[in-house]
Amino acid sequence: MSLRGRAAIVGIGEVPTKRVHEGRTMVGLCAEAAELAIKDSGLRKEDINGLVTDGVTPPPGLAEYIGIQPNFATGVTMQGASGATATMVATAAINGGICHTALVVMGNARTDRPDPGRGLSGASIRSEWEEPYGMAPGANTGYGLIYQRHMHEYGTTEEQLAKMAADQRFNAQKNENAVFHGQPASKEDILNSRYINEPIKLLESVMPCDGAAALIITTPERAKTLKNKPAYILGTGLKQGEANIWQRDRITETPAVESVRRALEMSGYSPGDIEFAEFYDCYTILAAVCIEDAGLVEKGEIGPFYESTDTTYKGTFPINTDGGQLSGGQPGLAGGFRHVIEGARQVMGKAGPRQVPNSDLCLVNG
Amino acid sequence: MASAYDKPLPVPSNPTLTKPFWEATRKEELLLPRCNTCSALFFYPREVCPKCPSMDLGWQKASGLGKVYSYTKVKQAAHPSFQSADGHIYAIIQLNEGMKIPSNIVGIDADDVKIDMDVVAVFEKVTDEVTLVKFKPI
Repeated sequence: MSLRGRAAIVGIGEVPTKRVHEGRTMVGLCAEAAELAIKDSGLRKEDINGLVTDGVTPPPGLAEYIGIQPNFATGVTMQGASGATATMVATAAINGGICHTALVVMGNARTDRPDPGRGLSGASIRSEWEEPYGMAPGANTGYGLIYQRHMHEYGTTEEQLAKMAADQRFNAQKNENAVFHGQPASKEDILNSRYINEPIKLLESVMPCDGAAALIITTPERAKTLKNKPAYILGTGLKQGEANIWQRDRITETPAVESVRRALEMSGYSPGDIEFAEFYDCYTILAAVCIEDAGLVEKGEIGPFYESTDTTYKGTFPINTDGGQLSGGQPGLAGGFRHVIEGARQVMGKAGPRQVPNSDLCLVNG
Repeated sequence: MASAYDKPLPVPSNPTLTKPFWEATRKEELLLPRCNTCSALFFYPREVCPKCPSMDLGWQKASGLGKVYSYTKVKQAAHPSFQSADGHIYAIIQLNEGMKIPSNIVGIDADDVKIDMDVVAVFEKVTDEVTLVKFKPI
């Protein structure tokens, strides 16, 4: 039993990521992205009978707002991994015959709800064991700890990871939806940005933004009748690790070791076959360790890899071709979801000025 | 009289569960949750043993010894009381018993903190009710 080739992305929609979308709500931005994706697919709204969200936007209210009454609806609450997980869940639901065509959508409007990344949490593991020692907002502290440990174990340098952020910023200059479109930044600019959580610098961490993204996914049979070149799901894999970084045995290794292995096994491909990659990048260091754990480079070799490899859309191994979240901005959980959207966009041949030359096989890490 | 402590105090999600831990720190003891069925030591405290399904749990006094597993200098803090231009060191300590615990490193210049440095628990009374566990180099 496998999901290989059992569903295809046939439409994508993205509301440009901005610091703030004045006068807009999360549900409204989601509805706009949904309409864009439906229009892109060439389907009618009535053809959609599945809905998967990030759970932050509850599916019942969103379905009503958009004006659909699906036969399958759920919200996955998997934090940053929600976008990739939602796509997996939609693929499984289609393969299981629960629905045939699903809308996957998520978005964020910061003025519309309290920003969960700031200040203190409610009573939690974090509030009892971490906050009394002075954490940074959001996930900064945990990734600062991983960064420091990776430098210690493997000799990784800040300059090497700044190259990642610079390559992505270059890509964002060809993406009008990116929050840093029109704002180039060099490796030196990244290195010279201030420390927020040393060794993490400001330009190595995501900017919270507003925006939304959506995709339409359907059966291979239906995909063949539609106007777009389909982006088939060839494999999926998930591995849940410890939620709190300090609960892990080794903080420089991620569950991507197993999730990617499972996805590749289902697909029949190996890391060397992958033509380009879209990797979750709330911070440079997270994309770095996940790229290693995916087997795209040897463990500990991410620094030398970035030193010697052009990962821009024009390069020998393109990564985060839309600028990623670092240069695209992070509209809540739609930030991680955009990695799926951009992977599909490239495979569908819709990436315009940043279309990568070889775009048939993409590895997405959500 | 010292000015009132303005930093975040521990807010337990289950105050009943972790009451013995915070009572012990007031007596300058570091306790670790222990499973009376499978003998596993773990941290943070849970209602169910993470190794076996037992709910027969107790506490064991820790050595207080460990190493700096990793650290980061927080320059942009979540809570304003922690905000300073120089930043402060937030660390994970790997205790000799094996598990990790978040804390601060004290008694050393921030720039001198190193991974794998040997440390020992110290107890910092911040209010009449709360004594935090911090670590200093040996």
